[in-house]
Amino acid sequence: MPEDLKVDESTLILGVETSCDETAAALVMGGYDVVSSVVSTQVDLHADFGGVVPEIASRAHLDVLNPVIARAIVESGVEDSRIDAVACTVGPGLIGALLVGVSAAKSLALAWDVPFIGVNHMEAHLYAASLEDPTLEFPLVVLLVSGGHTMLVEMQDHGRYRLLGQTIDDAAGEAFDKVARFLDLGYPGGPAIDEAALLGDPDAIKFPRALMDGSYNFSFSGLKTSVMNYVRKHPDVSSADVAASFQAAVVDVLVAKSRAAAKATGATSIVLGGGVAANSLLREEILEGCARDSIQGFLPSRAMCTDNAAMIAAAGWHRLRSDGPTSLSVGATPNLRLPFID
Amino acid sequence: MGRSVGLAPKPTGGIHVLILGIETATERVSVSIGGHEGVIGLFEVTKGRRHAETLVPAIDFVCQQSGIALDEISVVAVDVGPGLFTGMRVGLASAKAIAQALRVPMIGITSLDLLAFPCRHTDRVIVPVIDARKGEVFYAMYRQVPGGIQQVAEPTVGPVEDLVADLMARSQDVLLVGDGAVRYREEILEGFHCEVGGDAHPSAAPLAQLAHARALREEWVNPREIEPVYLRAPDAQINWSTRAARA
Ligand SMILES: [Zn+2]
Repeated sequence: MPEDLKVDESTLILGVETSCDETAAALVMGGYDVVSSVVSTQVDLHADFGGVVPEIASRAHLDVLNPVIARAIVESGVEDSRIDAVACTVGPGLIGALLVGVSAAKSLALAWDVPFIGVNHMEAHLYAASLEDPTLEFPLVVLLVSGGHTMLVEMQDHGRYRLLGQTIDDAAGEAFDKVARFLDLGYPGGPAIDEAALLGDPDAIKFPRALMDGSYNFSFSGLKTSVMNYVRKHPDVSSADVAASFQAAVVDVLVAKSRAAAKATGATSIVLGGGVAANSLLREEILEGCARDSIQGFLPSRAMCTDNAAMIAAAGWHRLRSDGPTSLSVGATPNLRLPFID
Repeated sequence: MGRSVGLAPKPTGGIHVLILGIETATERVSVSIGGHEGVIGLFEVTKGRRHAETLVPAIDFVCQQSGIALDEISVVAVDVGPGLFTGMRVGLASAKAIAQALRVPMIGITSLDLLAFPCRHTDRVIVPVIDARKGEVFYAMYRQVPGGIQQVAEPTVGPVEDLVADLMARSQDVLLVGDGAVRYREEILEGFHCEVGGDAHPSAAPLAQLAHARALREEWVNPREIEPVYLRAPDAQINWSTRAARA
C-alpha cells in the first residue's frame, strides 16, 4: 500500500455491500461519480418467509458476490488494476451476511495491494443523496427509513452527524412488513402497502399518530396494534382502506417530524434515504411540506434509496480522506452505530 | 466476461505450481502455501474463533514469511465444508475473491477429506467426524489406497446415534478423527468400540498437499464453480427483534 496515499477526484473505489438481502458492487470515482453499480436482490428467496432469513441471505451472498463484482468492473469499462481502494460495509447488518462481503473485500484489497475501507452502512445511506446531487449543502436533515431503522439525522458536515431522533420500537419498514403480512398483501410490505393504498381511502379509518410532542423519536408499535385490533373488530373492512389509512398515519408522523427538525436546525434541505423512502405517498408529502416551508426536499432515485454499493464506495471515499485505510484485521459489527457528535 | 472472471488461465505448470490453501470450516483458521517440496508455509490458530479478523492478515503473514508474493500463487485451494456455516463462508469468500483478483483457478476439497488424509497410514476404516452443533455430526468414511485415501461412505449429517448405528452396521476396525469424535467420544465408545485419534481439526497443510497433486493433473475449476458443502438446509427462522436493516 502506498505510503503517500492521495485521495482526490480521480480516486477510483470499488464498493461492496452484503449487509442484508442485496448483494451489490459499484465503482465510484472521486466520491461522487458513479462509474458502475450492480445490485442483485434476494427478495424472492425470502418472500415465502415474510422477512429476511439470515442463513438463506448469507448463502446467496456467497453464491453471487464474485459475479456481481465482476459485472461492476466489466460495466465500468476500466481495468481492475485501476482500482485504488476497496470499501465494504462492516455494519450494521446480519453478521453472517456482512462477513461474506468483508472477507471478500479485504481479500481483494490484499491481492490488489490497495487500501481497504470499512464503511458504516448507515453513514453510506447519508451519502446516497449526494451521489445524485453533489451540490447539496450542509446542514441537511436526513430522514432514514428502512426495515431496520427509522432515524432523523442532522448532517452538519462530512462525518459530523447529530442524531435528532429514532424509533423506540418498530422501524417504519418493519411496521409496513408486519401490517402487510397481517393483511395478506405480500412481501416486502413497503411496496405491497403502497400499491394497495392506491385503491383505498386514506381518511377511511382514523389511526393514531404517535407524535410524542417535543421529541423527534418515533413509535410505530401502537399504530400496528391498533391496525390489527381494528381489522379483528371489522373483519369485512376493505384492506385497501386499511392500507391507505395506515400508510397515511405513518407518513404524517414522518413528515411532521422531519419538517420540525429542519426548522429547528436551520437546515436548507430535507433528504430521504432508506428503502421506505421509495414510498410514493411519503415522497409526495415531503415535497409538499418542504415547498410550504420554502426549503428544498431532495428525493434520491429508488435505486439510490435502497441498498446499493455506490453509496458504500462514496462514503468510503470520504472516510479514506478523513481517516485513512482500515486495518485488514477488522471484522463485522452487526450493531455498529453511527459516530454521532454530542 | 472481463479479465477478472474470464476462464481461469492455466498455471505455469510443472514443478512451479504454487498453492495457497485456506481452511476455516471449524474453530481453526489455517492458511498454507504448498509447492512441489510440500508445505512451504503454514499458519494455524485454533481457539481464536475470530475467523474473519484473523484470516486475511494470516494470508499476508504466510506469504511474507515464506518469501512468496501473492501474485506468484497459481491455484487457490479451499476447504468447502462441511463445517460451521459462518466460519466456512469466511474462507470461501476470501479464497474466491483472491482467485478472482489473481485470475487463477481454484480447487475445493471437503473438510472430511482433510481430516482423513493425514490418517491414511492405517488399515482401519477412517471416519472423520465434525461437530455440526444441535447434537448432530457431519461424517464420512474412508479407507487407505495406494498413494492416498478413498471415500467408502458419502458425507452425511445426522445425530450421533446415527453415526454409531452406521459404525455398528459395518463392524470393521475404525479410527475416528475430528472435533465431533472428541466431543461425543463417550457416547460413541459406549455404543461401538473404536479408537479416537488424529487431529481434531482440518488443516490447510493436507489441503495444500492434496491440491498440489490435483493441480498437476489440472483438476481445477473456475472460482464460480466452487460449491460449498452445507449438508443441511438453512434454518428458516426469522428473528424479528434482531433483524437487520432491510434496504
Ligand atoms: Zn440500508
